[in-house]
Amino acid sequence: MIGALIHREVRRGLAGAAWMPVAFFLLVAAIVPFAVGPDAQLLARIGGGALWIAALTAALLPIERLIEPDRADGVLDQLALSGASEEGVAIAKIVGHWLTFGPLLLIAAVPASVLVGLDGAALVRALVALAIGTPALAALAVAVAALTAGLPRAGSLAGLLLMPLAVPLVIFGAAATGVDPGGALKLEAAVALLTLAGAPFVTGAAIRASRT
Amino acid sequence: MSLLLEGRGLALVRGHRLLFEGVELSLTPGEALHVTGPNGCGKSSLIRLVAGLLRPSAGTIDRAEAALADENLALDREQALGKALAFWGGPKLGEALEAFDLLPLADVPVRMLSTGQSRRARLARVMASVAPLWLLDEPLNGLDAAGAKQLAKAIADHRAGGGAVLAASHMPLGDKWRTLELAS
Repeated sequence: MIGALIHREVRRGLAGAAWMPVAFFLLVAAIVPFAVGPDAQLLARIGGGALWIAALTAALLPIERLIEPDRADGVLDQLALSGASEEGVAIAKIVGHWLTFGPLLLIAAVPASVLVGLDGAALVRALVALAIGTPALAALAVAVAALTAGLPRAGSLAGLLLMPLAVPLVIFGAAATGVDPGGALKLEAAVALLTLAGAPFVTGAAIRASRT
Repeated sequence: MSLLLEGRGLALVRGHRLLFEGVELSLTPGEALHVTGPNGCGKSSLIRLVAGLLRPSAGTIDRAEAALADENLALDREQALGKALAFWGGPKLGEALEAFDLLPLADVPVRMLSTGQSRRARLARVMASVAPLWLLDEPLNGLDAAGAKQLAKAIADHRAGGGAVLAASHMPLGDKWRTLELAS
């Protein structure tokens, strides 16, 4: 069932608007030079952080289609009847969502790094940091989607919830993209692991709570 | 004889309102129970309670594996009906499609189905599963005379095969049902 569910998530993601977060990511990256001016040195210094802000805002876009349609249509209920645990459903949703979000974002990070003035070495650091960080962003998006499913103005509420929760990830992720990463990459990986481990339980509890 | 469903002393409070209390349920293989009562008395909630989607405020439920047909379609709108139903993996899908006359619609996208057709699709998913306990919430809603006949035959076959049915409906379902009246 979990495999079928992951497959379904990927199919729906690709048939729907998988390109939208990526386009958004590129647009935010493209706006950065307009906002801070064409100073190449300054851009290179803040470019890594700008990429992370772009990735975070891109992660917000798909939230409304992750859980709510399946809750409203009874898919989550039928999954429960078929014996799947809510946590299992959550894991499938996270994996399925990352597959349509993470790899595309990593590809888009290449042109985006040019837009924000990163050189080759910084691009490699950014790709490694994003590869570690995007699964955690996907997990956060699914958990926040479950927490806000069925609420009025869920979209804006999800943004308010996700941004603060992503702060540790952005701090270490952006630091790992910077010139002197130090232990930032390990700390980012630790935060990402913690997020990935906790998100299925938060999501599962939120799905159960949404039924009452 | 083993019970497919046993509920003892069930009570449910929703939104600070006591919907029902002291409800006793039991279904043996071949039995069918019709839950009746006025609107808002908790028929659908009782079905969701038995399904395990709601927790009882008091009492306990033991049940066999169950399949549920409620008002939600739970099928991907863009997919063909046959494929969308196949996602739920019922071993008797072919038989169920035939029983509810859905074979001609198997290639039609779910979003193009009429109300009655999607009602029949929900019932076909229940039949396709091999769950011994069927939970049906207002199964006659949206069905035409032919659909109602198909449903009656599916239920009779299921009961003859040792299954049990719990249905909530404000319409008469036939005379071979036990009834449980929920007061408002």
